[in-house]
Amino acid sequence: MTTVEQRFLGRGKGHVGVALSRSEALMLLIPALLPIVILSMVPLLRGIYLGFTDSHAGFNVATHFIGLKNFRTLLHDSLFVNSFKIGLIWAFSVTAIQFVLALGLALLLSQPLHGRWLARSLALVPWAMPSVIVAIMWKLFFQPQAGILNEMLYRAHLPGSTIDWLSDFKWALPAIILVGVWAGMPQTTIALLAGIQSVSEDMHEAAAVDGATAWQRFWTVTLPQLKPVIIAITTLDLIWNFNSFGLAFVLTDGGPGHSTELPALFAYNEAFKYGQFGYASALGDAMVVVISCILVVYLWGRFRERPA
Amino acid sequence: MIVSPRQRSMRVGQYSLLCLYMLFLAFPLLWMLSVSFKGPQELVQLHPHVFPSQPTFGNYTDALEHNGLLHAAWNSFKVSSITAILAVFVAVPAAYVLARQQGLISKAGMGWILLSQMFPLILIIMPLFLVLKDLHAINTHIGLIATYLVWTLPFSLWMLQSYVRGIPPQLEEAAMVDGAGRLTILRTIIAPLLGPGIVVVALFVFVQCWNEFFFALVLLDSPNLQTLSLLLARFVGIEGIVRLGPLAASALLATIPSLLIFAFIQRFLTRGLLAGAVKG
Repeated sequence: MTTVEQRFLGRGKGHVGVALSRSEALMLLIPALLPIVILSMVPLLRGIYLGFTDSHAGFNVATHFIGLKNFRTLLHDSLFVNSFKIGLIWAFSVTAIQFVLALGLALLLSQPLHGRWLARSLALVPWAMPSVIVAIMWKLFFQPQAGILNEMLYRAHLPGSTIDWLSDFKWALPAIILVGVWAGMPQTTIALLAGIQSVSEDMHEAAAVDGATAWQRFWTVTLPQLKPVIIAITTLDLIWNFNSFGLAFVLTDGGPGHSTELPALFAYNEAFKYGQFGYASALGDAMVVVISCILVVYLWGRFRERPA
Repeated sequence: MIVSPRQRSMRVGQYSLLCLYMLFLAFPLLWMLSVSFKGPQELVQLHPHVFPSQPTFGNYTDALEHNGLLHAAWNSFKVSSITAILAVFVAVPAAYVLARQQGLISKAGMGWILLSQMFPLILIIMPLFLVLKDLHAINTHIGLIATYLVWTLPFSLWMLQSYVRGIPPQLEEAAMVDGAGRLTILRTIIAPLLGPGIVVVALFVFVQCWNEFFFALVLLDSPNLQTLSLLLARFVGIEGIVRLGPLAASALLATIPSLLIFAFIQRFLTRGLLAGAVKG
């Protein structure tokens, strides 16, 4: 890791001969820029704008600018408020649990243990799997009769062995949070592991010589140096989770009774079940506002670290 | 080396923890594997066993013969491989610019890469739907491929530009002195040296597209165009509850390409993704 980084950091500046002129740069960028502008930037801007219109899918009716009307409707839409509440509960729980579990795993993987390679490969499996299949897999796990969870509870004489987890008002959200944690483990673990491996050995040794226990070294050496990585990956996780769609769509489709209807799912239904493009875009805009708030907190945290 | 009892008990603790983690990570997958080998009778039994009592390949033959699994796999393969190839051709020159140009353009480019991760796809999908409808590309593989190309570009660019930074600029300087143009340099110096990086990026883009669900769900309608994820998601909705065995078998078969590719690229992937990002 470090050698690669040093190589990257050591280069790039001051080589006059290779410098690209602006026109050269633009020419090389065009093949990438064209699709990005047409299929990403313009749609994004138009999407933000759609939130202020009464756009409908499928109808050849003119779209009108209606100002903040959609947003006023949103605030009085109890399902919207509900879905954002669920979205925040989901995003924060998944991110927090995932962080603790991934930190533990990353610390273990940085130890000289046998069988580490197997754990490391296994830790990447969720990343390689299609989200639909992750959902199918956990559906099999949670199955009320043929599923293994209820069978384990039954054999261990624990309560709950008859619960239909994904259709239960109380349990559906915790159940999909567990799936969310599982599905996002790889990215978080890898980022933290890379961070741990770049923590300087010298400081560890110095602390060990001074008689610090492993636990004290973790708190006073590893954790402070890991802080930038922790902030970056948890922020990204929060945003990804808040925008998450596929898992909940296949596992519960928002049910039972909207109890797992994440914001993206709610917006999808508004847009493609009811054709309310304008309203759904307003929802998307509201999601952007929430995400921006998360980002502002993140950036504020980073700037505070380096006093001017 | 002398190991104190205290250290030994710590090692034991670490190994047991590691086992717990592996169980958590692997168990759902093993359970799906087990279900996929169970016959119809065993699947409706009230108290299921971890190991199939009479393992059968019936679910696999069933999955391959019915439900259009192979056709959907072909669709997925077509869309994913075309996107991966296009991604390389589009991303290599752009990544080169991002790595070598120090000015506003590359700063804006990197800014966009980061920003594109922040926006909910739901906000992009409706206008995209309208744009593609105007271009008559709704419910076509071309429309899906174009969408995937743009959706995977931030990643491709990020990876490739970090690889380009690893190439010493002196090589290009020497070629320039010899009078080589920029495109010649890209083709004869950069592209060959990027070889492994290009393979990793292409394979990762392939996996991303192979696994993708949301865009396919919105943009494709005809059953004969649908990709694997789409087919399996509908399978769950329609008959998955009754036919768990074939569902598990199909799901496993659909995951195999991704798992194989990931096993192959994992080492390069973590290195390329995090280069520079960790210290940042």
